[in-house]
Amino acid sequence: MLGLNKKDTSLLIVVAFLTLLAPFILNPFPEGSAMAQFNAGYPDLMQRFVIFGIFAIGFNILFGLTGYLSFGHAAFLGVGSYSAVWMFKLLSYNVIPAIALSVVVAGLFSLLIGFISLRRSGIYFSILTLAFAQMSFALAYSVLSNPKFNLTNGETGLQVYADDPQILQGANAPDLPHLFGLPMRATYTMDVGAWSFDFNAGYYLCAIIMMIVFYLSIRIFRSPFGMMLRAVKSNQQRMNYTGLNSKPYTLAAFVISGMYAGLAGGLMAAMDPLAGAERMQWTASGEVVLMTILGGTGTLIGPVLGAGFIKYFENIFSKINDNVLHSWFAFLPDGLEDAVVFVIHPFIGKGWHLTLGILFMLVVIYLPGGLVEGGQRLLKRFKRKKKDTDDAPSGKTEPAE
Amino acid sequence: MAILRVKDVSKRFGGLKALTDVNLNIEENSVHAIIGPNGAGKSTLLNCLVGKLMPDTGSVLFNNNSVLGLEPFQINQMGISRVFQTPEIFGELTVMENMLIPIFAMRDGAFRMHAYETIASEREVVEQAEVMLEEMNMVDKREMHAASLSRGDKRRLEIGMCLSQNPRLLLLDEPTAGMARADTNNTIDLLKQIKDERDITIAIIEHDMHVVFSLAERITVLAQGTPLVEDTPEKIRGHPKVREAYLGEAA
Amino acid sequence: MDAILLQILNGLDKGSAYALIALGLTLIFGTLGVVNFAHGALFMIGAFCAVTLQKLLNLSFVTLDETQKDFLGNPLKVETPYIEAWFGPEVGATIIDWSVPLSILFAIPIMLLVGYVMERGLIKHFYKRPHADQILVTFGLAIVLQEIVKYFFGANPIQTPPPDVLSGSVDLGTMVGFDPNAIIYPIWRLVYFGFAVGIIGAVFSFLQFTTFGMVVRAGMADRETVGLLGINIDRRFTIMFGIAAGVAGLAGVMYGPINPPNYHMGMDFLVLSFVVVVVGGMGSLPGAVLAGFLLGILESFASTTWATTTIPGINQIIIYLVAIIVLLTRPRGLMGRKGVMEE
Repeated sequence: MLGLNKKDTSLLIVVAFLTLLAPFILNPFPEGSAMAQFNAGYPDLMQRFVIFGIFAIGFNILFGLTGYLSFGHAAFLGVGSYSAVWMFKLLSYNVIPAIALSVVVAGLFSLLIGFISLRRSGIYFSILTLAFAQMSFALAYSVLSNPKFNLTNGETGLQVYADDPQILQGANAPDLPHLFGLPMRATYTMDVGAWSFDFNAGYYLCAIIMMIVFYLSIRIFRSPFGMMLRAVKSNQQRMNYTGLNSKPYTLAAFVISGMYAGLAGGLMAAMDPLAGAERMQWTASGEVVLMTILGGTGTLIGPVLGAGFIKYFENIFSKINDNVLHSWFAFLPDGLEDAVVFVIHPFIGKGWHLTLGILFMLVVIYLPGGLVEGGQRLLKRFKRKKKDTDDAPSGKTEPAE
Repeated sequence: MAILRVKDVSKRFGGLKALTDVNLNIEENSVHAIIGPNGAGKSTLLNCLVGKLMPDTGSVLFNNNSVLGLEPFQINQMGISRVFQTPEIFGELTVMENMLIPIFAMRDGAFRMHAYETIASEREVVEQAEVMLEEMNMVDKREMHAASLSRGDKRRLEIGMCLSQNPRLLLLDEPTAGMARADTNNTIDLLKQIKDERDITIAIIEHDMHVVFSLAERITVLAQGTPLVEDTPEKIRGHPKVREAYLGEAA
Repeated sequence: MDAILLQILNGLDKGSAYALIALGLTLIFGTLGVVNFAHGALFMIGAFCAVTLQKLLNLSFVTLDETQKDFLGNPLKVETPYIEAWFGPEVGATIIDWSVPLSILFAIPIMLLVGYVMERGLIKHFYKRPHADQILVTFGLAIVLQEIVKYFFGANPIQTPPPDVLSGSVDLGTMVGFDPNAIIYPIWRLVYFGFAVGIIGAVFSFLQFTTFGMVVRAGMADRETVGLLGINIDRRFTIMFGIAAGVAGLAGVMYGPINPPNYHMGMDFLVLSFVVVVVGGMGSLPGAVLAGFLLGILESFASTTWATTTIPGINQIIIYLVAIIVLLTRPRGLMGRKGVMEE
């Protein structure tokens, strides 16, 4: 279907199914129950899942296929956000032109940065992208927000003001981002017994876009172009001596992934019309690297999983505080309860970054293939066990090799 | 007619003269071996031919076009393929993919953004790759990762990848270095077969006299960065200068 | 003339810090072949050694002074540091006053230990892994170290003042014949510069004049050959990592009085130090030092009012701009060697 083989088609269908039904799947616990804090089916968080999913899918096209580790991709995300907000300011609150511009601008910006950074490879490349991202951050944070030329509005962040031109904004159009009149914040809440499910317009826009770009990434992975990118990672020397110029291939991958990042940034602004410089900081670039690795570098579904995993736990961990912990461990004797809470305390709430850093190290050390590899290993072990039990009754008659 | 003309090529590294006034013609459709003791400048010369090194002086003409200052991929597109001392293949890719890449490169040039097509839809490329796999006797290994092949198979694959581009000139850099006797003989047979069946010029840099004398039609002996003598294998065998400079140790 | 001199001087302190961090990065990179993204965190830990010692020295007990009353009419609570009680008020106060320089002694064993644990416990296992993995795991470690420090010391910068005699400024201009007040320069920055020069000199003479250093330099030039000589390179690498950690830590200890330490200072310096290494030339120790000072001074020139009014914010991006220009024109950096990190 759609030019995909059977396996990829079923993967795409599963992803489509999960994203479209996410409001149900992510809200398995009844409202008001003790477990409701583990629900993730509210619009804001669901939007983040798919937006960061898009970001990571794009990053994986560069890092997963070519092996070039960029530490500056957040810059493209930030540029995308700024472009979208400018479109809101100048044109109208309609999200389509905003998103389109954010992709185009991020593409051009990544073409420029990629062209320079890709003159070197390996660690040089990583450091160069890192330097560019920090420079973009400095530019956005202070250099480009002076009274003479205010492009980013510095610390406050770029936002839409009442006196902005908005030349195409119709008189009746909603005064916040919308898709031809349908506001992104519009949410339909469905109550089923004790459960409550939110269907948000913005989420579905992001989800549909994510499915499209996910499909495109499958096409890239399976195309001759994708094969060439894997060849870059595998052996550049052989590639050059086979008559292929590896530079335009990597640059193309860099620009594509930059455009994905810009798209994610544009969608972020479309959900909440605000763009700030902190989105471009290198820790943000580090986060997308982590998502990709945690999910499984170079796999199709990995980055989406990684993004979902990190955003979910970021949300849960930040919400947990000592009181919640005490209520969880109330069954323990008092002294032990306090001790357990004391030990866990640094990792929750504001300690999320500590947990993230530890997770980062553990994944790189023990599970370089990420969740996808972990899942495969588990599956294999499970299958082997099953096979063993199947074999058991007959007994082992063959001599061991 | 000489397909490759090397004229007055010199190269120094700091104070070390790696090559001095090398003149060398490789005739079309011949098998030409370049031999010489360690440090004679064989690898330096080879690197000057494929765009990895830029000689200080002199010229290198392939088919009457200069290759100097070109990138390796441009030189390959002109029709020169190179086999490395240790097989350079795409280890993480399958054998079939390894074979597809050079054929794509030949058809599409140094870069093409075919990001939306599937590989399977490129019928003729796939067919060519299959024919080449057949010729290399590797059909049963087509889905294996190239890195998991045996040393001999890796060499075979690499040669197959180069041949799939129908190069005018095939450069081999010690193709049997570090190989067991059986693998070496297989490689010699393969190269003989290539030489008989194709219109191709083969230039081979080799240490192993057995390989050189079973394949070469002409031999150039390089010593201390400069060609000592060039002749047929029979004459080289008996040449006193060569014995002195090189074969002395083996004879 | 005096204005130029002043800017050069102003660039020296940051330049010293860049040079010291870049030196450590290059040592680790050149000998161990590891890209250490946690090196900035070592600088930060050094600075917090000074903070810790200052806190320890200021540990106090409370006594009630019946002769004085506070505003509620209760006897005044007086906090006396234990140090003052043990050594007498004057000696004690002097010790507290000199807590930053004293921290050097305190920091050396700590930094060596941190370096040892880091190398043996983590980095060692990454020698053979791809550079991307090294970057990622040390990046994770940097986050962890930074968050731990934040957990214990909070997010706000903590003042670590220099000793009284070394605070304040001197008029350097009059010494060389300029008008008075032309070049007023904080004493501590001079101290820092001298300190940095001392450490750099020590590291270089160590590498130049000891057999150990000779082997290390040979290892930087060609790892395999030295391995073939049968020299136990591994143990030397551990020591090298410890030294690099020590250099970064000491750079951090003494930097406190210039800029109050906070938990993310390491990351801020790290990115710039990487740029310094790249500009100086990967694997070149003199290159790292030279580029460190050059970029520090350049940044100081870009921070002048004249520069910032001409191009707003130029001081924040000048280093990156220079790095890009250098890399485009001299891809190996100012003093880079061929074959280092060129796949």
